[in-house]
Amino acid sequence: MQRKRVDHMQYMDGMEAIDSDIMEKVLAAREQYNYEQYTSRDVEKVLNKEQLSLEDYRVILSPAALPFLEEMAKKAMAETRKHFGNSISLFTPLYIANYCENECVYCGFKATNKINRATLSFDEGEDELKAIAATGLKEILLLTGESRHKSDVEYIGKTVKLAAKYFSTVGIEIYPLNSDEYRFLQSCGADFVSVYQETYNTDTYEKVHLWGSKRIFPYRFHAQERALLGGMRGVSFGALLGLDDFRKDAFAAGLHAHLIQQKYPHAEIGFSVPRLRPYKNNAENGPKDVHEKQLLQVLLAYRLLMPYAGITISTRERAGFRDNVIGLAATKMSAGVNVGVGGHNEEQKGDEQFEISDERTVSEVHQVIVSKGLQPVYADYIRV
Amino acid sequence: MSDLLTIGGHKFQSRFILGSGKFSLELVKAVIEQGEAEIVTLALRRANTGGEENILDYIPKNITLLPNTSGARNAEEAVRIARLSRELGCGDFVKLEVISDSKYLLPDNAETIKATEVLAKEGFIVMPYMYPDLYAGRALVDSGAAAVMPLGAPIGSNKGLSTKDFIQILVDEIDLPIIVDAGIGRPSQACEAMEMGVDAVMCNTAVATANNVALMAKAFKQAIEAGRAAYLAGLGRILEFKAEASSPLTGFLED
Repeated sequence: MQRKRVDHMQYMDGMEAIDSDIMEKVLAAREQYNYEQYTSRDVEKVLNKEQLSLEDYRVILSPAALPFLEEMAKKAMAETRKHFGNSISLFTPLYIANYCENECVYCGFKATNKINRATLSFDEGEDELKAIAATGLKEILLLTGESRHKSDVEYIGKTVKLAAKYFSTVGIEIYPLNSDEYRFLQSCGADFVSVYQETYNTDTYEKVHLWGSKRIFPYRFHAQERALLGGMRGVSFGALLGLDDFRKDAFAAGLHAHLIQQKYPHAEIGFSVPRLRPYKNNAENGPKDVHEKQLLQVLLAYRLLMPYAGITISTRERAGFRDNVIGLAATKMSAGVNVGVGGHNEEQKGDEQFEISDERTVSEVHQVIVSKGLQPVYADYIRV
Repeated sequence: MSDLLTIGGHKFQSRFILGSGKFSLELVKAVIEQGEAEIVTLALRRANTGGEENILDYIPKNITLLPNTSGARNAEEAVRIARLSRELGCGDFVKLEVISDSKYLLPDNAETIKATEVLAKEGFIVMPYMYPDLYAGRALVDSGAAAVMPLGAPIGSNKGLSTKDFIQILVDEIDLPIIVDAGIGRPSQACEAMEMGVDAVMCNTAVATANNVALMAKAFKQAIEAGRAAYLAGLGRILEFKAEASSPLTGFLED
């Protein structure tokens, strides 16, 4: 399918423009970030500091910091313990639809991919929600593919209302909305919004998001801010590490979150660390690939930059990795995950977005958390 | 000698208030026992009535629950959480926390005063977490607070009494129990607070993150008792005048 590649920096009709200079600041700082200039002496200095500045954050994301992962981990763990104690929050994602109107070259849900598409009906949705609630979970993340037509805001709102009957915390990970639409979903019972920028390099962004509304970089960038303007309580950030230079993207995601927190001090900040895995035995593997070591470096850097932020570790990572980063830097993990549409109660209706690497149930994950001397937390929010 | 802590007409032997937010729940009971705490705070948002890992299931029945309003960003939200707490059967005590900064978690004194007024009128025993400010302390007295809970240092920081001089002013001027609420990182700091005349110490992170939490709870109990005894014994006065000159400075006066 050949389509015109529109200007990815120009808003489409109906997209709300807000008054914010955060994107310009983040893009300029990302451009200027030269991580090769830092040395092990810089890293040692930072590791002896109590409060990290943005410049320190640049240092710990640099290649010079890679040999100091153990020291960074110790420092990160101390911060995690100070702010979260033993707590590890549990949740599960529920895909309610996987239709998509975008062509993103790296994604299994992309519009041209011939997969089984589905939208859960309200009855099916409620059955899924009941089945998940029966596992004891109190927090749910509702996801859709990015299709305003097949999964419109009204549909999502009705499903959020259903979810709020069974769960104390409802988050959404859907296509970016205008602030009034966020306000509507907040009134339905959703309080937390995750939007991942994928990459903060606008040129790469243009090359991998060929068409569809997701192609519009600034509209996606400002989603968290519009969500907060719409009354949402917390927002999450992240780059799909490996899509472009992961150090620069992690730097940009951290700075993005930092600037949002400064502008909206009440906002609860979260991070997620999705990555594109390097191919095994691929001769073209390069120094910018995100192996577990690099992934951990980013996790630790997020923690040290923002000791108070929630960090989620996804089921894209293997159990052994997830189990070891909780309490160290991550404070939230999913369990009992199915990334197809539905699949918790009845057989799943639509295909998966990606393959998961940790298929353990809620009670299995619970046991692991306890065995590490940590405390599984199911309820951590009251809607008032 | 009976030296009881009185809050809202309720009397307590122990001056160690335990926060429960950062623990492994199965350890809470042992910590309460070793620390001999009689008051335990809990975040109402963690109460998962009838569900998994409900903190209420782990706190022994003879303990006075001090539910907190964590998560409230303004007076209105705090009031609603407190009412919910009463509906859930958590009693009339409420530790008022109003915080609208996710980074430092510093209390918003102005909103806290507003919420105190509303809740005190509704019969709650209101124990507000506050930034140690004399004007705010006086306003909390006027609003009907049952105690005042100034922070020693940023929450979770384990830095001890960074705000010592301002807490001392509250101790000297405010006629309500003063309970240091956040930042206490080690028993010696709790002891120091008690020596100053603080009425009780609340602590969570310092115990929860110790290698042996039950033993640390015991250490805090002992430190708090020692500090209290020192205060009652008049240590403050001795320290203040220790630089007394050996011959009196006013000995030259003749008539």
